[in-house]
Amino acid sequence: MSLPVLKAADFASDQDVRWCPGCGDYSILAQMKKVLPELGVPREKIVFISGIGCSSRFPYYMNTYGMHSIHGRAPGFATGLKSTRPDLMVWVITGDGDALSIGGNHFIHMLRRNIDVNVVLFNNRIYGLTKGQYSPTSKEGQITKSTPMGSIDHPIMPLSLALAAEATFVARSIDAHVKHLGETLARAAAHKGTSLVEVYQNCNVFNDGAMAYAQEKKQRAQNVIELQHGKPLIFDEGKKGIRLVGNHLEIVNTADVPADDLLIHDEKAPNPSIHMMLARMSYPEMPEPIGVLRAVEGVATYDDQINAQVETAKSTKGEGDLDKLFSAGDTWTVK
Amino acid sequence: MTASSPTTIKNVQSVSGITVRLAGDSGDGMQLLGTQLTNTSALAGNDVATFPDFPAEIRAPRGTRAGVSGFQVQFASEEIFTPGDVLDALVVMNPAAMVTNLSDLRKGGILIANEDGFNDKEFKLAKVESNPLDASVIEETYRVVKVPMTTLTRDAVSSFDLGVKLADRCKNFFAMGLVYWLFGRSLEPTLRFIEAKFGKKPDVAAANVAALRAGWAFGETTEAFGESYQVEAAELVPGTYRNIMGNQAIAMGLVAASRISGKDMFYGTYPITPASDILHELTKFKNFGVRTFQAEDEIAAICSTIGAAFGGSMAVTASSGPGIALKGEAMGLGMILELPMIIIDVQRGGPSTGLPTKTEQSDLLQAMFGRNGESPLPVLAPRSPGDCFDIAIEAWRLAVECMCPVIILSDGYIANGSEPWRIPKIADLPKIKITHPEGSDGETAFKPYQRDENLARPWAVPGTPGLMHRVGGLEKEDVTGNVSYDPDNHQHMTDTRAAKVKMIADRVPPQDVFGAETGDLLVVSWGGTYGSNHTAVDRVRKAGHKISHIHLRYLNPMPANVGKLLKSFKKVVVPELNSGQLRMLLRSEHLVDCIGINKVQGKPFSVTELVERFTEIVVAAENE
Repeated sequence: MSLPVLKAADFASDQDVRWCPGCGDYSILAQMKKVLPELGVPREKIVFISGIGCSSRFPYYMNTYGMHSIHGRAPGFATGLKSTRPDLMVWVITGDGDALSIGGNHFIHMLRRNIDVNVVLFNNRIYGLTKGQYSPTSKEGQITKSTPMGSIDHPIMPLSLALAAEATFVARSIDAHVKHLGETLARAAAHKGTSLVEVYQNCNVFNDGAMAYAQEKKQRAQNVIELQHGKPLIFDEGKKGIRLVGNHLEIVNTADVPADDLLIHDEKAPNPSIHMMLARMSYPEMPEPIGVLRAVEGVATYDDQINAQVETAKSTKGEGDLDKLFSAGDTWTVK
Repeated sequence: MTASSPTTIKNVQSVSGITVRLAGDSGDGMQLLGTQLTNTSALAGNDVATFPDFPAEIRAPRGTRAGVSGFQVQFASEEIFTPGDVLDALVVMNPAAMVTNLSDLRKGGILIANEDGFNDKEFKLAKVESNPLDASVIEETYRVVKVPMTTLTRDAVSSFDLGVKLADRCKNFFAMGLVYWLFGRSLEPTLRFIEAKFGKKPDVAAANVAALRAGWAFGETTEAFGESYQVEAAELVPGTYRNIMGNQAIAMGLVAASRISGKDMFYGTYPITPASDILHELTKFKNFGVRTFQAEDEIAAICSTIGAAFGGSMAVTASSGPGIALKGEAMGLGMILELPMIIIDVQRGGPSTGLPTKTEQSDLLQAMFGRNGESPLPVLAPRSPGDCFDIAIEAWRLAVECMCPVIILSDGYIANGSEPWRIPKIADLPKIKITHPEGSDGETAFKPYQRDENLARPWAVPGTPGLMHRVGGLEKEDVTGNVSYDPDNHQHMTDTRAAKVKMIADRVPPQDVFGAETGDLLVVSWGGTYGSNHTAVDRVRKAGHKISHIHLRYLNPMPANVGKLLKSFKKVVVPELNSGQLRMLLRSEHLVDCIGINKVQGKPFSVTELVERFTEIVVAAENE
């Protein structure tokens, strides 16, 4: 018997997709549907869990199992599910408000526990579903509905936060860069442990063009570096590179410096210090990295360990026996 | 060690029951002493009931009134339902313990004081001007026995080279020995306990044994006691018994429910007094397939529980009032997802942080209504420590029958209290049958919100081919489960979810009545106040009044016959450790006026106060 070969269309649910026309979410949905058939995981073994926000409607549009939960708490649901059902492939779909504001706490703890789930963080630097307030990733000074004189919050850098939480897989991609996005999602799916993919996503209604510097093909070359393991950090069609000087990164012209001086990307480096420096590179001072910043294998996952403890307890104490449990300790008999 | 109990040569007086309270500084080992006395009494065949009472601070300043930790136990040769109101004996380790507890000692009762704890420094700490033991009224009112426990303990353990601090820590075992002598308790169970607990530190074990025996010997030799007391075994229902605390019983009930339903259990929680011990117990049951998850907060705890329920596990979370408040939004989600799970609230004094170590029943309305929107959930309440076991199983049965979260309202009094528990035969436990829809080829669309005769939807678990579906907090279309904003559908789904819970009333046993089904006064109680209400009603009945008692274990919905019962009495009284929450529900649901007896002092009802109020009300009813 041959297994049916699934296509992207097989992963589409029968529900109408109701994002605004032109929303970057469509591209992420399309890439997800394209990547999943290539993974060889049956649809019934896949679960999408989301919080609240535009991005979090995602599970309704996938013909898999899914749960649209409450604001910011998707990591909690995913933890309970994956701890009891390690056989499932679990995706967490979240946004910058969902994951980093109301869910900041859960986001950190999911990462430090290294639960084997794949997190896709749609970052459009704005609150879309509540119609246009600033988010934790909005730039300082941004004028929004709730900040008419400009935002005075210092923004969170999601990848820095993830690294600080001991994340084992940290990556970034861009909705408009579909090939790169698909490849990055596939890498995330293959990682054992929590994988985080931040996706720059355009909200064409409330924050249009906020990340045009990275999305538009013409600007992308100057403003974005595509990371590749074992390769030097080069951008702007090879004209520029990044080098480590002392304890900071600087931009150099590749024509002026020997190739050996450029920083070689090592996504597997156990020490995340350089990854942290990459995560902190931000436009317009620096080009922003996309691709896999960090991918460290071999760190125990929470779900493996919680289940291993159960197995260990069974093998050392024997399978639980209610009679023995109830009668343990001092008992007496009334006749 | 040779486990042997000496026998007294003094007179032994037989009594039907004893209530004793042990009080000292938190850190004096009063809880340990109390627990040991309870176990020993239970093993002697007595019925026992306990009431531990301790401060919220881990170590409140030593010697102060705020730092007093107490443990009360009643042991009796007949069936009892409370730890007792008035004390026959009070053991105090310092002046603060004496002044905060003395009012509960009956006239002529025995006051045993650790004389060494009564000095100027301690008087200052306890804020008393002079030695309270020296007041002439004390000698006239009580039988006072002053014992230099610290000195005697130091002498008893002097050969063990422990140092003063460790030696002094043995004094609770000295006190224990003395109490054991006074009430004819066997030393053996405690000798076994010492061996098990301190076996790896032979010096400490030997010193504690020496202190225990010295305390016993002191009772036997001192002229302060002319006689000791003996409480015969109680006539309990035949069976094998053990002593059990409420939180322990709930944990065992959960693991039993998991077994009889063939489900591994997932327990997601965040520590909070007085619920934490459920977690501590469950972590011991990993070999039963129990997975415990200590989440980063209460919200993550319940969300993980819902995730596990979606995956097909028996899923449970527990907290106390403030944590349940945090769980509110997720409880609403669990309700609209229509997934089975258990949510336990071990109530404590509120609001907010309130009185964390004291008992109260003030989360009833939170359990009923503490969620946004129309969100009814079944609510059950155990009536005693042992009943926590049965309630846990019943909650899981209802959760899977209805496919919805079920709330258990326990409280601090039950959770920390203990009583003899007749160990059930596993074969006698009710079976819980769970079915998951089988996989399909996907030709016909799966209908995740199609309902059975209980209005429950199918529990289709991820991993099953052909049943892929999406759940979520947005309103679902009937049958298909698709997101729907249709007004009529929302009305229909709201009504259906409510009807599903309401229908439980027909599937639970009818409310039983203690006493006649009509009369002058009906007492309606719930939760941990069962014992004092039952005992008080019994007394007022024996005094010749037409009073009956119903104790609700099912609070939402209530058994179908409750309304009729309420209308069959001239008056209805509802004693609660809150400002009248059940009373409000009964009045609104059944349009029956109810009289409240309400108390929010962090303390349980005493039988005496209830007897007085019941008598007053029933006499008024008789004269109407």
